[in-house]
Amino acid sequence: MKQLEALTREAEALASPGAMKEQTVRWMGKEGAVPALTANEAEVGRMMEICNACRYCEGFCAVFPAMSRRLEFNKADIHYLANLCHNCGACLPACQYAPPHEFGVNVPQAMAKVRVQTYADYAWPAALGKLYQHNGLTLSLSTAAGLALFLVLTVMMTGSLFHEPLQGNFYAIFPHNTLALIFGVVFGLAILALGIGVTRFWRNVSPGEASGVAIAEATTNALGLKYLDGGHGKGCNDEDDRFTLRRRRYHHFTFYGFMLCFAATSVATLYHYLLDLHAPYPFFSLPVLLGTAGGIGLIIGPAGLLWLNLRRNPEQGDVAQRPMDRGFISLLLLISITGLLLLALRDTSAMGLLLAVHLGVVMALFLTLPYGKFAHGIYRSAALLKWSIEKRQPTKLKLGAD
Amino acid sequence: MIDVLVIGGGNAALCAALMAREAGASVLLLESAPPEWRGGNSQHTRNLRCMHDEPQDVLLEAYPEEEFWQDLLKVTGGITNEHLARTAIRHSATCRTWMRKHGVNFQPPLSGTLHLARTNAFFMGGGKALVNAYFRSAQDLGVEVRYNSPVDALELDNGKFVAARIGNERIEARSCVLACGGFESNLAWMREAWGQNERGEWPADNFLIRGTRYNMGVLLKFMIDAGADIIGDPSQSHCVAIDARAPLYDGGICTRIDCVSLGVVVNRDAKRFYDEGEDFWPKRYAIWGRLTAMQPGQIAYSIIDAKAVGRFMPPVFPGTKADTLPELARLLGLDEAEFMRTIDSYNAACKIGTFDHTTLDDCHTEGITPAKTHWARPIDTGPFYGYPVRPGITFTYLGLKVDDKATVHFDGKPSENLFVAGEMMAGNVLGKGYTAGVGMTIGTAFGRIAGESAAAAAIQRRDSGVAREAA
Repeated sequence: MKQLEALTREAEALASPGAMKEQTVRWMGKEGAVPALTANEAEVGRMMEICNACRYCEGFCAVFPAMSRRLEFNKADIHYLANLCHNCGACLPACQYAPPHEFGVNVPQAMAKVRVQTYADYAWPAALGKLYQHNGLTLSLSTAAGLALFLVLTVMMTGSLFHEPLQGNFYAIFPHNTLALIFGVVFGLAILALGIGVTRFWRNVSPGEASGVAIAEATTNALGLKYLDGGHGKGCNDEDDRFTLRRRRYHHFTFYGFMLCFAATSVATLYHYLLDLHAPYPFFSLPVLLGTAGGIGLIIGPAGLLWLNLRRNPEQGDVAQRPMDRGFISLLLLISITGLLLLALRDTSAMGLLLAVHLGVVMALFLTLPYGKFAHGIYRSAALLKWSIEKRQPTKLKLGAD
Repeated sequence: MIDVLVIGGGNAALCAALMAREAGASVLLLESAPPEWRGGNSQHTRNLRCMHDEPQDVLLEAYPEEEFWQDLLKVTGGITNEHLARTAIRHSATCRTWMRKHGVNFQPPLSGTLHLARTNAFFMGGGKALVNAYFRSAQDLGVEVRYNSPVDALELDNGKFVAARIGNERIEARSCVLACGGFESNLAWMREAWGQNERGEWPADNFLIRGTRYNMGVLLKFMIDAGADIIGDPSQSHCVAIDARAPLYDGGICTRIDCVSLGVVVNRDAKRFYDEGEDFWPKRYAIWGRLTAMQPGQIAYSIIDAKAVGRFMPPVFPGTKADTLPELARLLGLDEAEFMRTIDSYNAACKIGTFDHTTLDDCHTEGITPAKTHWARPIDTGPFYGYPVRPGITFTYLGLKVDDKATVHFDGKPSENLFVAGEMMAGNVLGKGYTAGVGMTIGTAFGRIAGESAAAAAIQRRDSGVAREAA
């Protein structure tokens, strides 16, 4: 676990010691005082004891093999399993103990409820963990703030939202260094907050040193969304017990679209500082090609995920989190749509307005990275790494060795 | 008029419906349960015992026909039908390709079941996932499915199926497959079947049903009354010792107690009554239900000490835990003095060798009755745990006599259009005893055979216009 620990060490070193005192998750300290489980955690623990005596779902994903290495489920185990769960849903229709059975087992739902709680518990600064309670509102306010900021700045800079065509030159409105500074600082803070959060999560659940093989496997599992394949490669469940690969594919469009956009920005930054090549770049330049491809992926992916989210069986997952899910998906869609529009209309008098709107929604995303759905990727990657480490350790149990 | 009516919604019924549909028949399937409880006992299953002559995807090595047959012969004590048994065994060698085609996924054995890696193919997600896959496939192929449709009677004409009745509704079909289970959910019938014992108890009053609550045996009773040929003893069933705290119905796999061979088992009088270490637990678990049923109050207590923890599948309910044995006796409501006499004499009789739970080791008792022949170690290390167990019935073996076309018989004569599959005829092969996964072998083989037979009978009647004349 060299990479992640190094990353989180850096993140911690950057954090002021005073800020660390705000932690609400004190049970992970060395004092040994472990607070009682929350109701949602206790529910996961209860279900895991039923599942551990059944184990029929062992082939679906990593959660059940990880469970079967344990006889008891403490707070850290529950946080780990909750984040290892990808909410694929395969174990719910397959469950002989699902409602209306009196055991009332619904693992995806119980895991989802704990998962969002862990995002809030580990959030840094701790007080901002509360932003998960009304995440739809959080996202709306961030978007409003981002839009307001850049619309006002545009008016301040140019005196109007419309202007004479500027041949696509954004920097005629916002100087490059101003943008780089604003976004660099916000993005840096977001990464810092996520880094501190995941470090604290990791310390609770850490199973030991990671080998190169474990890191490689966890990376492959995360990048390939291994555990959205249902264990048999046919995919996961959405509206009913049918398996489809739709969610995995739309998620790939989303994630890789996002990464292409990120790459476009990175390449442009290198062009700017290293090669002294300044925007606007032509349509067939590398930054624009990367950004366009990413933007298209970031339309197809989130649109598909939104469609699936709207159709999903309400028994699957935690419906209370849908505002967070849909808010995040919508924000990604707004970013890609406004980005592509900006590209298409950059030679018109609407460039300033579109630029303000695009920068506003990007700012909203950056502001909420550590306090919204984005965090799932970070915590799940950490849980996947723990699983890749743990599965290589000898088990202490000798169940049914005969 | 539809061609084939399938009555039941579990594995055998679905296999029959899919086969009949594939053969070109129109099919209506009637499931007595609502959708959320569909699938009968199949929703609680997890694997299929399979013959194979060489390694096959999830199955290791080979499990030839003869070995399968000998295993079956052993567990049934010879109360079986060799021809029908071999029919099912051979069928198991080839049916999995078809199962996969209809969406069933197989996986290597689950943790704690490595002993079955050679003989049994596990369903990924268990039996409910299999049932879901078959219902999806049935829907895609155009099989009509009706839930909440408990058939209460058939209309028969001289051994021929004419129609099924649900209350006042009458459903005609050219042929029919009965695949609606045993009678284990019918507590009154279970009481009658087991009768009263020498202590004046009605043992079945203390049974738990591991499986579905919908197997009321309505059509089994109807067919017995209608004069169909019957096979099997009504008191015989798949009966295992399960946690006494399990729900009355649908406790399924997680209520089993797997620590018997690691400790001792005492009855209500705090006395041991059978060799807990006779053989590997998976080979013995199916006899402990009946053993417990013979004990006073139909209850027993599996007792272990700290040495056993982590060596058996975790039970769903926590054990009663105590730091001392007398305290454990008190907590379990057992006579403390008698309990201590039993444990002390057992502990003193243990000849400790080299403990190895993976072999029939040399840890055994000497000089006590009953002996514990393997894995006998003194119960001396706290904390101690006790688990109450009761007989848990999975399914009954009383059924309709069939031939290798799954045909229902009346006075030795085969019906021309009435067939039966699954638990309703498993007793032809399983007179008593059980071996893991064989219920699904029988259900799949005879379900598929019944579906083929019913489609052939229906299509023949359709083509020859027999049904129209009869109507």
